[in-house]
Amino acid sequence: MKNKFWLALVAILALGMATTLFFRSQLAQASPNGYGIGATVANFTLQNVGGNSVSLADYKDKKGVIVVFTTNHCPFAKAYEERIIGLDKKYASLQFPVIAINSNDASDYEEDSFDNMKKRASEKRYSFPYLQDITQAVAKAFGATRTPHVFVLKNEGSKFTVQYIGTIDDNYQDPTSVTKRYVEDAVNNILAGKPVVVTQTKAVGCAIGWKDA
Amino acid sequence: MRKIIALLGLGLLFNHFEANCQQVNVIKWPEVQEVLTTSSDTTYVLNFWATWCKPCISELPFFEEVHKKYKNKNVKVVLISMDFVKDLNTRVIPFVNQRNLSTKVWLLNEPDANEWIDKIDSTWSGAIPATLIINNSKKKKVFFEQKLDYDRLVKELSDFL
Repeated sequence: MKNKFWLALVAILALGMATTLFFRSQLAQASPNGYGIGATVANFTLQNVGGNSVSLADYKDKKGVIVVFTTNHCPFAKAYEERIIGLDKKYASLQFPVIAINSNDASDYEEDSFDNMKKRASEKRYSFPYLQDITQAVAKAFGATRTPHVFVLKNEGSKFTVQYIGTIDDNYQDPTSVTKRYVEDAVNNILAGKPVVVTQTKAVGCAIGWKDA
Repeated sequence: MRKIIALLGLGLLFNHFEANCQQVNVIKWPEVQEVLTTSSDTTYVLNFWATWCKPCISELPFFEEVHKKYKNKNVKVVLISMDFVKDLNTRVIPFVNQRNLSTKVWLLNEPDANEWIDKIDSTWSGAIPATLIINNSKKKKVFFEQKLDYDRLVKELSDFL
């Protein structure tokens, strides 16, 4: 009887400590609800505007990928659209292409419906996949909160790890006034086999509209 | 019919008057910094929004109401627009006038947001709507990266008064 009591007490204390440690480690991450820097990214498969489905695993022969959470409707995303197209133009041939993902709940903004995504991708001649994250599971796994929200992934033997999280550059309003190109710097460093210097930045963006909110 | 026209005219005049009252100040970071560091016993409610952000617009009336009800209680509400400065005259000012907003409106023209987002709150990812309630002399602040309603705002404010 006494033994049982002590066993229960120890179990409760251990559980308490484990919970505390767990939450502490969660807090230590910059994106508490998603991948942090260095995290390994789980494979995902999403529907592309072209009708095919695209998986992260399809990129196993690339040096990495630039994952951009974006939308049709968001003015910040629109302001960055040409720059996202530019990133793919510049880096796809260097084996570091763009994957664009729209996770927004289309019932919030009709502009983000799959049909409108298709239209936008063909009008602007996206050279990269534009995927619909209909269950929002991919945005949640990454911890994406806003658009545009960029995750630069390095591939080493089919293991994709997060090397940079944040904004594309330091001026959403005017591409000609940009002084810091965070995503380009990160990709250039990875391609050169160097560590990424600025690993995380923040930017104002449209909140991703969640279905259960 | 004439009465209606007269009323409409009065309404327009009133709107015009209101429109003249409200301005949108384009500001830089130091003006926000001042609010964050002032030692006065004023409770500031800073709401980050934009004219094209649906959840932001749906909560604006609550901030307007709080502004009207609490302005004599040392509470200052500021709606800080994240609209692009090029849209000031074509979008932001018409929006503010059309809604007859009496709350102070700023347009923060600091596109390198990575430099200042953490200074508002380290937990803010940068998504809008977002709201900071701060009172420096009481050493209190709360931050929300979410939409708020009137009851929630009043409840949160009660801790500051």
